[in-house]
Amino acid sequence: MATDTATEHPEETIGAQTGTPVKIETSSTHRSLIGWFGMPVFLILILGATYIWIQGRELDSIEQRVLNQRVLTEKLVEHLQLVAVSTAIVIAIAIPLGVILTRPFARRAVPITLAIANGGQAIPSLGLITIVVIWMGIGFTPVIIGLVAYSALPILRNTMVGLQQVDHSFIKASRGMGLSPMQVLMQVELPLAIPVMIAGIRTALVINVGTATLATFFGAGGLGFVIFQGIGLNRDPVLITGVVMASGLALLVDYLAGVAGHFLSPRGL
Amino acid sequence: MTQTESSNEVMIELDELTKHFPGQANPAVDKLSLTVKKGEIVVFVGPSGCGKTTSMELVNRLIEPTSGRIILEGEDVTNSDPDELRRRIGYVIQETGLLPHRTIAHNIATVPKLVGWDKQRISERVDELLTMVGMDPDVYRNRYPKELSGGQRQRVGVARAMAADPPLMLMDEPFGAIDPITRERLQNEFLRLQAQIQKTIIFVTHDIDEAIKMGDRIVVLRDQSHIAQFDTPEAILTNPADDYVADFIGSGASLKRLNLSRIRDIEMATDAPIGRMDEPADELARRLDASEWSAILLLDDRKRPTRWVNAQDLRRPGFDPTTMGLKARAVVEPHATLSDALNELISSNGGCAIVADGDGAYLGVVDLETIMAAVRAMREQHARFYLAAKNPDTVEV
Repeated sequence: MATDTATEHPEETIGAQTGTPVKIETSSTHRSLIGWFGMPVFLILILGATYIWIQGRELDSIEQRVLNQRVLTEKLVEHLQLVAVSTAIVIAIAIPLGVILTRPFARRAVPITLAIANGGQAIPSLGLITIVVIWMGIGFTPVIIGLVAYSALPILRNTMVGLQQVDHSFIKASRGMGLSPMQVLMQVELPLAIPVMIAGIRTALVINVGTATLATFFGAGGLGFVIFQGIGLNRDPVLITGVVMASGLALLVDYLAGVAGHFLSPRGL
Repeated sequence: MTQTESSNEVMIELDELTKHFPGQANPAVDKLSLTVKKGEIVVFVGPSGCGKTTSMELVNRLIEPTSGRIILEGEDVTNSDPDELRRRIGYVIQETGLLPHRTIAHNIATVPKLVGWDKQRISERVDELLTMVGMDPDVYRNRYPKELSGGQRQRVGVARAMAADPPLMLMDEPFGAIDPITRERLQNEFLRLQAQIQKTIIFVTHDIDEAIKMGDRIVVLRDQSHIAQFDTPEAILTNPADDYVADFIGSGASLKRLNLSRIRDIEMATDAPIGRMDEPADELARRLDASEWSAILLLDDRKRPTRWVNAQDLRRPGFDPTTMGLKARAVVEPHATLSDALNELISSNGGCAIVADGDGAYLGVVDLETIMAAVRAMREQHARFYLAAKNPDTVEV
């Protein structure tokens, strides 16, 4: 990222109208076929295998009560809602907070804010949600609050790191050309921080998919219901279906976030 | 202080400019006052920590002065909108600061966009500037900074600073991070450009040689940006104000004077025999024999020097101008200093340096004799200057 004289072009000539440009680095922007399609193919195979295995079995009435299209769809939708709402809230809180904390005037608030965010993640997720539930009662909202508290740190931290690692010369040159501080933030700092910020969002998404399996204990449903039914009723097909669906969802979300990151990151970096 | 140039219009005036950083005992810049005239390059030079970069950043108020005034084109801008002010002042820094996520064209367009030019005008200006700094717009317009070499990035940095045609430009060690060979070229290129565009430039460097080469006038700074001497390079080399300046110039002052004269200012030899690549060998041989030279210089169809061939080469059967003789090396531009030319001719095989214009077309040659003659002339001039300096009644020093 910094100015590297290693790429200095030796054949450069004075006033050369025909100077041959340096070869373009393309390896980092090109993904291999496995990089693009490996994960979707893997997910289809695993989900397909599980489906065929379940279809081939005689399900008893207990298993049938969980393993039917209506219940599974309902739990999947609940799970997706939990993840989508909590992640959207985390993004809406943590990114502006991260931006504010990297401004010079807020320097003193950094340690305390990071301590709170760290605390949110250090407490075991089950314990954290339990605390919120004791305070607010069960339901969708307290679980969302728990998820937000648990996944705020990666986005907050990555927003801050992403902004702090922007080479100071870019900011100095931009200010020197007459961009206002807000223009520097929007046109220089945030675009250059996007790759790191997206990595934080990706981590938060995966955390939320995983942690949302606990929502079933607090009346908010989700794929955790299937898993814990499988454990509670001692039915392996139910347990395995729940685990495969929850893990598959985590992997899929991670993959999609990675793809999104690839296309949202500015070119030229 | 001598006013060597005729009274030009003032571009910028600094009046007792001071910066006192909180928590420091002494001001970083203490009551800096100086005037820069339109169209000149003034170089701030001094050891690290002397406050030269801080002084420059006070000019466009990247650092707000504690006290003092900045007067740009007759207007007191000490308290005006700093962003507006900076859009009127071109700014080039060592690391170039080209935004990596923006194309070259987008980078150059930064200030024109801020001041609200329309698209058509911006894109025409971008192409014009790229051509001006010697880069083909069709090739480079849509590239990203990481796809350029360090030298090319620095050229784009200069183009970007000139984009909205600011009357004043600040350049903070613009060639500092570049290898010596490319730096030399960029300096020459920049001086050639400056001869056309006549910008007012404040240039910061810690390298006295660069200061001598680039500056119309040099400000030698000591601690807290106190001015040790503010004068033309000639005057500073010949007559340093005190031991501090003398020490800073260093011991190689005589050699450094070679940095003061440019090839265009001295008489270069134009009697060297030249020929075209497609001329028959006997025709070339006849021309060579008629001259006092031992080799004839062949030029290509764009008048660019290609090879030196001697009488023996020309007599050889199956004479082929593309392979015979010696490749023409040691090509310098008229803007190059005598020091550059001397360097080139020592390392060349022919004992002389070829002078070519910006497009590479042949102009003449410089040999050791030419340089010696120039040095002799300079020495006589300096002797006169020393005598005058000893007798202050006749000359204001």
